[in-house]
Amino acid sequence: MIPQAIISQLPILQVIVPLIAAPFCALLGGRNRAWALAFAVSLVTFAISAMLFASTLDGTVLSYQLGGWAPPIGIEYRVDALNAFVLLIVSGVGALTMLYARESVAYEIDERHHGLFYSAFVFCMTGLLGVTITGDAFNVFVFLEISSLSTYALVASGAKRDRRALTAAYNYLIMGTIGATFFVIGLGLLYMITGTLNMADLAHKLVEHGDSRTLRMGFAFIVVGFGLKLAMFPLHLWLPNAYTHAPSAVSAFVSATSTKVAVYLMLRFLFTVFGFSIPFEVDVLRTIVLPLALIGILAGSIVAVFQEDLKRLLAYSSISQIGYMLVGITLLTPGGLMASIIHLFNHAVAKAALFMVAGAYVMQAGTSTISDLRGVGRDMPFTTAAFVVGGLSLVGVPMTVGFISKWYLVQAALEQGWWPVAGLIVLSSLVAFAYVWRFVEAAYMYPTPDGVIRREAPLTMLIPMWIFAGSSIFFGLNASLTSAAASRAASGLIAASSLIWQ
Amino acid sequence: MPETLPEQVPNQLADLLIFIGGHYNYWMVIVLMMIGLYITISRGNLVKKIVGLNIFQTSVFMLYISMGKVAGGTAPIITGNPDEVYSNPLPHVLILTAIVVGISTTALALALVVRIREAFGTIEEDEILTIERDLEFPAQEASK
Amino acid sequence: MTMMLLSTNSALFLALFLPLSAIVLLGALREFPRARDVAHVGTAVVTFSLVLLLLVRFLKADIPNVFLFEVMPGLPINFSIEPLGMVFALLASGLWIFISLYAVGYMRANGEEHQTRFAMFFTLAVAAALGIAFSANLFTLFIYYELLTLSTYPLVAHKGTPEARRGARIYLSILLSTSIGFFLVAIIWTWTVAGTLDFAAGGILQGHLDPGYAPLLLALFAFGIGKAALMPFHRWLPSAMVAPAPVSALLHAVAVVKGGVFTLLKVSVYIFGTGFLSATHAAVWLCWVAAISIIVAAVIAISKDDLKARLAYSTISQLAYVTLGVALANQMGMIGSTMQIVMHAMAKITLFMCAGAIYVAAHKTKVSEMSGLGRQMPITFIAFFVASLSIVGLPPMGGAWSKWFLLLSAADANQIAMIAVLGIGSLLSIAYLMPIPVKALFGAVPAGQAPSDAHEPPLSMLLPICATALGCVLLFFFANEIYGFLLHVPLLPPEGGLQ
Repeated sequence: MIPQAIISQLPILQVIVPLIAAPFCALLGGRNRAWALAFAVSLVTFAISAMLFASTLDGTVLSYQLGGWAPPIGIEYRVDALNAFVLLIVSGVGALTMLYARESVAYEIDERHHGLFYSAFVFCMTGLLGVTITGDAFNVFVFLEISSLSTYALVASGAKRDRRALTAAYNYLIMGTIGATFFVIGLGLLYMITGTLNMADLAHKLVEHGDSRTLRMGFAFIVVGFGLKLAMFPLHLWLPNAYTHAPSAVSAFVSATSTKVAVYLMLRFLFTVFGFSIPFEVDVLRTIVLPLALIGILAGSIVAVFQEDLKRLLAYSSISQIGYMLVGITLLTPGGLMASIIHLFNHAVAKAALFMVAGAYVMQAGTSTISDLRGVGRDMPFTTAAFVVGGLSLVGVPMTVGFISKWYLVQAALEQGWWPVAGLIVLSSLVAFAYVWRFVEAAYMYPTPDGVIRREAPLTMLIPMWIFAGSSIFFGLNASLTSAAASRAASGLIAASSLIWQ
Repeated sequence: MPETLPEQVPNQLADLLIFIGGHYNYWMVIVLMMIGLYITISRGNLVKKIVGLNIFQTSVFMLYISMGKVAGGTAPIITGNPDEVYSNPLPHVLILTAIVVGISTTALALALVVRIREAFGTIEEDEILTIERDLEFPAQEASK
Repeated sequence: MTMMLLSTNSALFLALFLPLSAIVLLGALREFPRARDVAHVGTAVVTFSLVLLLLVRFLKADIPNVFLFEVMPGLPINFSIEPLGMVFALLASGLWIFISLYAVGYMRANGEEHQTRFAMFFTLAVAAALGIAFSANLFTLFIYYELLTLSTYPLVAHKGTPEARRGARIYLSILLSTSIGFFLVAIIWTWTVAGTLDFAAGGILQGHLDPGYAPLLLALFAFGIGKAALMPFHRWLPSAMVAPAPVSALLHAVAVVKGGVFTLLKVSVYIFGTGFLSATHAAVWLCWVAAISIIVAAVIAISKDDLKARLAYSTISQLAYVTLGVALANQMGMIGSTMQIVMHAMAKITLFMCAGAIYVAAHKTKVSEMSGLGRQMPITFIAFFVASLSIVGLPPMGGAWSKWFLLLSAADANQIAMIAVLGIGSLLSIAYLMPIPVKALFGAVPAGQAPSDAHEPPLSMLLPICATALGCVLLFFFANEIYGFLLHVPLLPPEGGLQ
């Protein structure tokens, strides 16, 4: 039995364990040692988040006061149904990509950089976990920058394979920093009118404060800031290059977690902090975010169809999938919110599998260009089968997680009578079929080019890949666990906001 | 009517001046912010972009610092005088953190620029874009 | 007494999952073609026996219910049996025996590659068809519907040529886009208004759906079930002609197209309820769409010289008869539609197997080249002739009955125009089908064409052809049993229900 003393410290351990371990990864150097430490740490964080998830199942909200300083003055870590779920996603994806990274990173990154690479990887995970767990708004900024800075470094480490990784990282840095600074500006404005930075306290004081120009400005800055971080159309320009040129393990991890954490932040601020206490907030969502999200859904899919590079194709598909989550949010109904949250999980699982497949191709075939991967289905049957599963999930075919997301999202749109929105969602999944099938056809229906030898990916890559692919089937067939978690999280958010539900 | 007008106009002007003057720090913040953002977006030189980004971030530091200032207040160190007015220390502390983050960002960005210079031989955005385009469409380059 | 060794629920479970597990066996036997083929046909026989057992139990009013698990709250994977599903399951599993036998002969005689992959996906497709037949709710049905689409894609693209790829891409994209674009939306809409997706006697929409929206929802279903090949979403069917003949037989006679119209039938009977449909006149427009499909597809069929393309358009035309029966929304229509599913399946499978036999034996695909060929292949062409008569609807072939009940239904519904359409459709089918066997048997070999050395196909192909041709005749005499069975389809909600 784990002693109660440790259980009560779980929230801080969630962040502090990887935070302390990260520098040691750099010190240990050498491929296997750094990797072993990083992998061990990621397993521990996963165990911690699993325990946190289990202890929030009954609806309790864990609160941890850093250094014993009571909120709102001290920093508070707060774990409820929503962020326990997100923590589980982040640490789960982290642990599995770490397993995957061993072979993939050995191939893509110079041995002497391994220590630094894993150090940055663990830092990135720390940042994402910290952003998710904290209940203090300024703390969000700090952790956001920890994760972002390490992500820039991780993306740039793809430079051995392609020097464009450097410019991709640079552009990501510029846009990411602008986004984070926008968030800080918005936060400063909120602080001006409330004098507090604790989220729960902010929420309370903002309701008392009522409407004002300062509040509106703060809201706008924060939405744009997160919009940059979560790659909301048209603030997504950093994403395709960053995902394409980053090392494969990084693409898999970042695509599955960092935009998801940004979506979580959006949810947290919209519902818990702002809570729609003024009509302005609803108006912004309905008249600006919703149209942009819909354009993003369609434009992302359509652009993906014309990509030559598999990783870039997946990156554009991410932009489209993020649009689904935003649409779910803008519906402002329990159903829409739940669809959003469940899609957050479902898309993380499917996209992680897909980027892992792309990474396996990079390693075994030396390329991720679709035309060079013809006939790969015969040479790498297990890897390619995982792509088919993940791809079908993007389309939303039954028996995959994508279907569950689509079901809830369309249902939520229909409940509101938003027929055109439901139509667009469906239309976009048909476009998704076009880009997924383009690759599937190339992989299975064309002969292997002459003189090309490709071997099946090693087991340490296949196992995490298939855990994700298998999960996208399992949770596609049995969504009771994920839908229960999502609906709990959604009702928690709704309870915190000032919106009045029928 | 004509008699009252001259009186009103100076009043409105005074109000406006008071409004502008009273929010002097915010105006400066906005000006800095716009300068910074403009440089970041408009310059093609990667180092200049970083300079712009720094100015942009500095404007935010100024926003926080001026926000914490209390008129007539002193540094928040307990003097023993019960009537002493202190400035609000919290925004200042926060901005210390933000400055650290800003410096790390600048350091990382400059390191990236060094690597870009090594890899591409230039730090001008348009030249890098030309090289990247050629990388993407090698066939066109060959046909030239 | 030995029958009771297997409980009815287990029998249903086995019928659903035995074919699925057989796929693994077929994959394991990839190095042993002979054992693999025996296993393929054996699975078909065992599955059919299980379905027969289920029929016997069903006639004793022993109705199983297999509940697997809930996918989403309130949406379980659930199987049960009702008369329509029973008929479709008997049809799919019964004809599977013949096609599997025929496929073994065809694939060997043609020396096709990837025979193991072929057998595996073939089995998967039939398993999916059985899932459609036994689904107890629309949600389960939709999952199997999509599984059927996906599992038949590798079969259509089997040859791997650019042409096959193109055809298969059209096949998959039309079926997937209609099903996700319309069918899924219709299902979610139904779920949102009715709060359930269970198939229930008398339908579930009455009292929940504003009758003004009923035609729109019906349209989403009718066009969303792309497998029913209602015009203008019929293009996939001729595209899928690139597939090997046994696949065409499976796709266009049994599993896929019949899965489509069967789904439509089930939706009309158990989701809308025929009473709701006829009372709201929601399906009147569908009569006309079906009528246009019947006539236009038949006219196109006449113009096709490629035998399989002609048969494909004939299928589109004949499927629209089923849709017409659904749209007429009365008991006779329901019976006529189900009969049409059975009769057309038996006849069309014969025709496709004949087309495959002609291709294997004489390497001919064009109708114009087949003149005089009947002298070398008399049995094949006589079977073709018998099946053609059944499609046209002439006694003593089974097809006569389905057309008869559809006529009765049109009369019941006072749709005089539809009676005319049925007549014209039959005349057109004479025009596109009858010349083929007649010219082959009695026509002269075209001048300038070397006399072919064609002969009858191998026995494993010829036997199934004769068996199904015989089936067309037998169905004429046993139609009364089917009729009696179909009278059990509950059209009204049980007492105390909504009225």
